Amino acid sequence: MRLSEHKYQTISSMAGPLLFVEKVFSARIGEMVRILTPEGVDMDGEILEIAEDTVLIQVYGEIHGLDSENTSVILTDSIKKVGLSPEVIGRLFNGSFLPIDGAPLYIPEKWVPVNGFPMNPVSRARPEEFIETGVSVIDGLNTLVKGQKLPLFSCAGLPAKEVIAQILKYARAVSEKHPGEYNVSKKNAFVIVFAALGVALQEFSFYMNVLEEMGGGFVAFVNRADETVMERLLTPRCALTTAEYLAFEQGMDVLVVITDMTNYCDALREISTARKELPGRRGYPGYMYSDLASLYERAGRIHEKPGSVTMLPLVTMPEDDITHPIPDLTGYITEGQIVLSRKLYQKEIFPPVDVLPSLSRLMQRGIGEGRTRKDHRAVSSLLYKYYALGDELRRLESIVGREGMAEKDRLMLDFADSFEREFVHQGVLRRDISGTLDTGLGLIKRFGLEEAR
Amino acid sequence: MKGRITGLSGPTVTVSIKGLKLYERVSVGEAGLAGEVVRLEKDKAVIQVYEDTRGLGIGEMVSGTGKAFHARLGPGLLLALFDGLQRPLKRLEEKTGPFVTKGSDISGLDHTIRWRFFPSKKNGEAVTSGDIIGYVMENNFNHYIAFHDEREGRISWIRHDDFCLDDPVAKLEDGREIFGYHEWPVRIPMPYRKKFSPTEPLVTGQRCIDFLFPFGKGGTAIMPGGFGTGKTILEQSIAKYAEADIVVYVGCGERGNEIAEMIEEFHLLDDAWTDRKLMDRTLLVVNTSNMPVSAREASIYTAVTMAEYYRNMGYHVLFLADSISRWAEALREISSSLEEMPGEEGYPTYLSSRLSGFLERAGVVETMNGKIGSLSMIISVSPAGGDFTEPVTQSCMRTSGAFLMLDTALAHRRQFPAVNWLHSYSLYEKDITAYYRDTIAPAWDDLKKRCKEILQREETLREVVEVVGVEGLQDEDRLVMIAAERIRMEFLCQNAYTEDAFSLPEQTLSKISAILKFFDTAAAGIREGKPLDEIRAEKTGITTGENV
Repeated sequence: MRLSEHKYQTISSMAGPLLFVEKVFSARIGEMVRILTPEGVDMDGEILEIAEDTVLIQVYGEIHGLDSENTSVILTDSIKKVGLSPEVIGRLFNGSFLPIDGAPLYIPEKWVPVNGFPMNPVSRARPEEFIETGVSVIDGLNTLVKGQKLPLFSCAGLPAKEVIAQILKYARAVSEKHPGEYNVSKKNAFVIVFAALGVALQEFSFYMNVLEEMGGGFVAFVNRADETVMERLLTPRCALTTAEYLAFEQGMDVLVVITDMTNYCDALREISTARKELPGRRGYPGYMYSDLASLYERAGRIHEKPGSVTMLPLVTMPEDDITHPIPDLTGYITEGQIVLSRKLYQKEIFPPVDVLPSLSRLMQRGIGEGRTRKDHRAVSSLLYKYYALGDELRRLESIVGREGMAEKDRLMLDFADSFEREFVHQGVLRRDISGTLDTGLGLIKRFGLEEAR
Repeated sequence: MKGRITGLSGPTVTVSIKGLKLYERVSVGEAGLAGEVVRLEKDKAVIQVYEDTRGLGIGEMVSGTGKAFHARLGPGLLLALFDGLQRPLKRLEEKTGPFVTKGSDISGLDHTIRWRFFPSKKNGEAVTSGDIIGYVMENNFNHYIAFHDEREGRISWIRHDDFCLDDPVAKLEDGREIFGYHEWPVRIPMPYRKKFSPTEPLVTGQRCIDFLFPFGKGGTAIMPGGFGTGKTILEQSIAKYAEADIVVYVGCGERGNEIAEMIEEFHLLDDAWTDRKLMDRTLLVVNTSNMPVSAREASIYTAVTMAEYYRNMGYHVLFLADSISRWAEALREISSSLEEMPGEEGYPTYLSSRLSGFLERAGVVETMNGKIGSLSMIISVSPAGGDFTEPVTQSCMRTSGAFLMLDTALAHRRQFPAVNWLHSYSLYEKDITAYYRDTIAPAWDDLKKRCKEILQREETLREVVEVVGVEGLQDEDRLVMIAAERIRMEFLCQNAYTEDAFSLPEQTLSKISAILKFFDTAAAGIREGKPLDEIRAEKTGITTGENV
């Protein structure tokens, strides 16, 4: 602890969101600083690097109009923390954890560092409890479970935000003791933490409407497209810190929805370049894997503790390329992926989820009797198997034509079409898990696929 | 040796200090974070800190420990789970709760456990370094305790009862005490007398490996594959079923939930080869992707040192790492914060030599006390974008003995394990196949050649089928397609969640023999002029070429 406040006016250079300050005494790495100008601007910053008495500071605010003569920097002797309380629920914040819904900040019960600490692997409980998103193609074939991180891979121009909106509105945690019932009681409630990174005005108003429709049961963090990229890096950390607090201290099941991680990664690249770091693939920094992991790995459950953090980040694949570093590194960390397809979108299927490349790695333990329904496993594997078959036959169809195909192959083609139109497509309505499985079962019976019990 | 911090950048810290040694372990700052000296200059040292450096300040004290970064080796290793710095995760949890905070230095071994010591030397006997002086029972293993001192001596007293690790197990005539544990610097291979190349198989229980690309005790294999190709599942299946005495599994920069799942499962499952629980033979070192990067770099060395320790007791140890790419990335991150000249894709130019140095720690050895032990390595690689030309895969390929390529296309077809049979190879194939031929069946070699041939012919025919369809093929070729499909689906596929996940060599043999027998009979029928559909109807009861 320092006894007095340290104030410096010794900025030696500025580059992008970075400041170099000289003759600094006893700085700490990761320490928060305040940046003040005579005009009354007051911004936060963080110390990134220290070499002797020169420190490198990244600024979390608008750097326009700063000068090196009159700007002063105050060292706060503390790392970045956010103030939390159960009253955080229902509130809307910006990326630096300042309320933007017009109401004042509550009195924090606890101050928590935003970077969190890694969960001890032996403390982790394995994810196995079902979360109902209300979207058939996720619940039925790529089931999400508490503590899982399952990204949504989209392409530019696809209705990803509508899919996200649907999940925001419809997601429910299913009661452990009474399958089929939802956890809505105040204790052990289900909460959504929503973080929007770099959203444009149109998206912003769209999501605001969605939040209004939800009426509560969420905490939202919004970083707008014209706000600083530094704050974009902070936003998901604020969201996850809040989620961990609600989950592990208040015992809630928290679903964290983040849109869009591509904006986050681009911000990371921008800062990395400003720091003159060596660029890796496509200019993204070499530590992007570790950085993304420090976010995604915060999902989980703890042994003998109620509450869970589940994560559903959206990744827009640049150039529709799944091998692009952002979806690639995400896929290496997360437990599966939900992939949206342009082809299905053109067929006016909503949500346009392509079942074949989608996968939920933790699904097996989360379905079946006591979790969803006894026949879940059988229904989902039959649907997958025959849809894959039908989809492969489409290639043959394009060569030899429908007429040239055997009777049973034509049946498979019809099945693939019906599956897309009836099971995948559900419009804006909510389908609960029995509705989903019944739809699937109906298809299986109609096409006489096999007797699924 | 003490000094003060003068600079901080990511995981590296600059200290004004003299007299430190390269790779010496140091304690950094008031929190006492663990670190290692990676560079020495005139009167300053650069230290790689193994924990999160956030909150460290200029001017904080740094002190040397006088020792290199080491692992503590002794009874109890198999009872615990460790992080990359050999901190026992369970005892860490008791101390700090479910989240790992900083500066919690706990000894890797539990010194409170009492062990029963069974001496194998008598008073007055001479001992030299490497000699076994007795053993304790650890999870039904004889955990041999050896004498580790370059100066030989003569035993004046040896224990015959219970002890904990703070008590000596023997005393020498010159007054020296021998303890049940010792320390070894992790970056230096443990000593042995002689090293041999692999000649005996290490049965993995995976048909595609044991049959097509057999693996030997003491060998090294790499498994590169993009995400979703089932690297982790395959590593874990091997960890479950491989014929090894001890399995050391390193979760290096991978998912925490997977480890949680693995711990739970391994406590429940039985070892397929003995009547122990699977966890009894498994030593887990876990540094998940969100744990500090430099500890991830150290984790594989910590783990391999423990593996060598058991190898030196004369056990067959299997070392599994998932994944080495995360280790390489950690190396890259540290290298870049040291401002070293980057090589390909930003990796340091010493990536390849470090990797080969590491893989060279595998092998069959005659230990210092004349036992035969082995250390085998199967390591997964996660190439960025599934591109095998990247530096980590390429560096591994230069040293490793087997290359098991996991194929994204196969994984999409839900063919697991997704080992590509055309591009994978094993340099142990000749020796190990000879072993199987001599011990399991003389026909082993021959069956394998024919199996590969059918798979290769299928690949050629596949292009034709794309154009004309299966129906357009000659019966003879259609038979090849059908047989290849059976080989792929019934023989090479193994569902990791069923009993079929494990296959003994005898079962592997009978399975492939049955398929090839069908092929031979059908081929003979075709030569006699019978139509293929008729033959199939007779043989299998299936009428037309379904799923072909």
